[in-house]
Amino acid sequence: MDFMVFQYPMITVQACLDGLLLGILFALIAYGMALQWGVMNIINIAQGDLVILGGYIAYFMYLYGIHPAWGVIVSPIIMYFIGVGIYKLVINKVVDRDLFISILATFGISILFMQLMNFAFGADVVLANSGYGTTMLFDNNVTLPNSKIFSAFVSIVFAICLVIYMKKSKLGRAIRATAQNARAAKILGVDTEKVYAATFGINAALCGVAGALISITFTIHPYMGLPYTIRSFMIVIVAGLGNLPGVAMSGMGLGVFEEFADYILGTEFRIGSVFLLLVLILVYRRFKLSRKREYLK
Amino acid sequence: MKLNKIILSFISALAILLSTSVVSFAKVVGDKIVLGAAISLTGKYSSNGVHTQNGYNMAVDRINSMGGVKVGGKTYKFEIIYYDDESNPKRAAQLAERLISQDGVEFMLGPYSSGLTKAIAPVTEKYGVPMVEANGASRSLFTKGYKYLFAVLAPANLYLDVAIDLAVEKNNGKPVTVAMAFEQDAFSQDVRLGVLDAIKRTGSKKVIDDKLPKELNDMAATLVKVKQMKPDVLVVSGHTKGALTAIRQIAEMKVDVPMLAMTHCDAAKLSKQHGKNSQYALCASQWHKTLTYKDDFFKNGMKYAADFEKEFGYDPPYQSAESSAALLVFKDAFERANSFDQKKVRDALAATNMQTFYGNIKFAPGGQNVDKPMVLFQVMCDGSGKCENKVVAPTKWASAKLIHPIPKWSER
Repeated sequence: MDFMVFQYPMITVQACLDGLLLGILFALIAYGMALQWGVMNIINIAQGDLVILGGYIAYFMYLYGIHPAWGVIVSPIIMYFIGVGIYKLVINKVVDRDLFISILATFGISILFMQLMNFAFGADVVLANSGYGTTMLFDNNVTLPNSKIFSAFVSIVFAICLVIYMKKSKLGRAIRATAQNARAAKILGVDTEKVYAATFGINAALCGVAGALISITFTIHPYMGLPYTIRSFMIVIVAGLGNLPGVAMSGMGLGVFEEFADYILGTEFRIGSVFLLLVLILVYRRFKLSRKREYLK
Repeated sequence: MKLNKIILSFISALAILLSTSVVSFAKVVGDKIVLGAAISLTGKYSSNGVHTQNGYNMAVDRINSMGGVKVGGKTYKFEIIYYDDESNPKRAAQLAERLISQDGVEFMLGPYSSGLTKAIAPVTEKYGVPMVEANGASRSLFTKGYKYLFAVLAPANLYLDVAIDLAVEKNNGKPVTVAMAFEQDAFSQDVRLGVLDAIKRTGSKKVIDDKLPKELNDMAATLVKVKQMKPDVLVVSGHTKGALTAIRQIAEMKVDVPMLAMTHCDAAKLSKQHGKNSQYALCASQWHKTLTYKDDFFKNGMKYAADFEKEFGYDPPYQSAESSAALLVFKDAFERANSFDQKKVRDALAATNMQTFYGNIKFAPGGQNVDKPMVLFQVMCDGSGKCENKVVAPTKWASAKLIHPIPKWSER
C-alpha cells in the first residue's frame, strides 16, 4: 500500500485526468458492447480482438506514410464490413439461441482472430506515432499527452454522432425497436436480420475507432484484446443496457479506479483490481436481486 | 465390421513397424549429424523464434560448406529437424519428447525464451540428451543442477546490473537512487534480482519498485512516480512491449531522468519505431556487431552482420548471433570428444573454452556462460534523426562515449 497519490495534490490531479481520458476510450468500446448486447442479446468475447484489429488498420496506414489519425475514419469503415461479415458467417446462426451458445461462438471467434492477426501481422508489439506532443498544466507538474486528449475527444464525437443517429435515422429507430421487442418489430415490417447485421457492424466500427486510438496512444499486439473485453463487460454490467450516460460515467469511473489502484496497490494489481471489482459488483448485484425476490415472495 | 477391424489392426501394426524403423535412423545418419529443435515459428514468440531459426540455419550452412565436423577421421554435416512449438511450453515439452523418443535425436538445440527452455530442459535431462541453448537466460535454469544443459549466453541477472555500476561510477563512486519497473515474468524478474544485487553491492537505494502485469500497455502511473521521486536511474524490463511503452510515455510525459536503462531495445526496433524519442536510452545486449571477437567461420561481428543481412535481408539481432554460436560450440565439442557418445559429448561441452565471433564461451557448472560479459549500448541520433546503437560499456569495447546525464526534455 502506498498513499503517495494523496500526499501530492499534483499526482492526484494527474491520476484523475489520466483516468478520465482513458475511461472515455473504454466507454466507447463498452457502448458498442452494450448496443449489441441489448439488441441481439449477445455478449461478444471477441470485442477486444476487434479493437486490436482496428488498431492494426491504423498501424498499417502509418507504415505507408499516412498519418495514423486518419485511421479514425478508415478503420471503422473497414471494420463495419468485417463486422457484417462475421455476422453473416457465424452470429446469425446463434443470435436466437441462449446466451451460453453465443458466448461460446464469440469466444471461438476471439481465438481465431488472435491467431490470424498473429499470423498476418507477426507477434511484434507495434505502435503508430502521431507526433502530437504534450500539453503541460500547472507549471509543468501535470502532463497530458495530446494523443490521449485527441482520443478522448474523438471518442466523444463518435458517441454523440451515434446517439443522434440512433434517435433520428430510420435504421436507428429500427434498431431501437428491435431491442425493445424483436417479434413486434418484425410484425411491423422491420427486417430484423438486417438490423442485427447493422448492429454488429456498428459495434465493430466502434471497435475500429477505439483500436485506431489505442494504436496512437498505447501499443498493440495480437494477444492484447482480452483486457479490453473484460473492461467493457464490466462497464456494461455496472451501467446496464441502453443507458449511454451510464456507460460514459461508469467508463470514466473505471478509468479513474484503475489509475488509483495502480498508485495505491501497485502496478501489478492494476488489471487484477478490475477483475476483483467485477466480482464484487456481480456479488452485490446478486445480493440485491435476491433481496428483491424475497420481497416479491 | 469384422473385416474393418482386421484392416484397422493391420494398419496400426504397419504404423508401429514403420515408426520403429524410423527410430533406427536417428542421430548420425550416413555423414549427417541430426540435431533437434523445437522453435516458436507461430504464436507470440514467432518473430524471435524466426531470428533463432535463421541463426541456426546460417551456422549450419557455414559449417557444412567449410568442411563440416570431423569425428573419428570422417567428416560429418549438420542437419536440424525443426518443429513448431507454437510458443507454448506444454507443446515444447511434448515435441522434445517426440524428437528424442520418436525421431531418435541425440543432441538438441534450445528453443526461444526462458519459459520454453524451462519446459524442455527436464525432458532432455531425463534422456541424457546434451542441449546447447542460446535463448534461455533465466537464472533459475542454472540453479537446478542440470547436467546436460549449456547456455551460450550470459544469465538474466547480469543484464542490467552493469547499468547500476555505471551510474555509481558517473556519480563519483557515490550511491545512487534507482527506480525499477519490471514485468512479472521469469526473465524480467531475474533481471530485477540482478539489479537488486547491484543496488545492495553499491549501497544504493531503490525508490520505486513496480511490477508490470503482462497485459499492461500503460506505464503512466510509474512514470508519474518517477517524476516525483527524481531517481538517478530508471530501469525498465518488460520485453519489447515494456521498451516501446516506456519510451513512448517517457517522451509524452517529458520525464527527465539522468539515466534510462532497459532490455529488448533491438528486438523492439526501438530507434526505428520511436526515432529521436529513443535517444540516450541504454540497452543491455548479449552481443553487438562492433565487438571485436573472432572465429574461423564468421570472422567477426561485422562480417557476420553483413553475411546475415545478405542472406535474410535484415540486420541480425543478438538472438540470431547467439543461436549461430550454439552450433559453433556443438562442432567444437564433437571434435574434441571425437565420438558421438552422449556422455563424452556432454563432458566435452562442459570443458568448452573457446572464442566465437559472438564472444568467449566457457560454461560454469550450472551450464551458463561465464566468460562473456553483457554490453550496454546507447541509442544515439545525429542531426538528421538517424539513430544508431553504439556500445558504451564495458569500456574495453566501447565505440562511443556514454552521454550522461541525459539532457532534459526542455533542452532537447
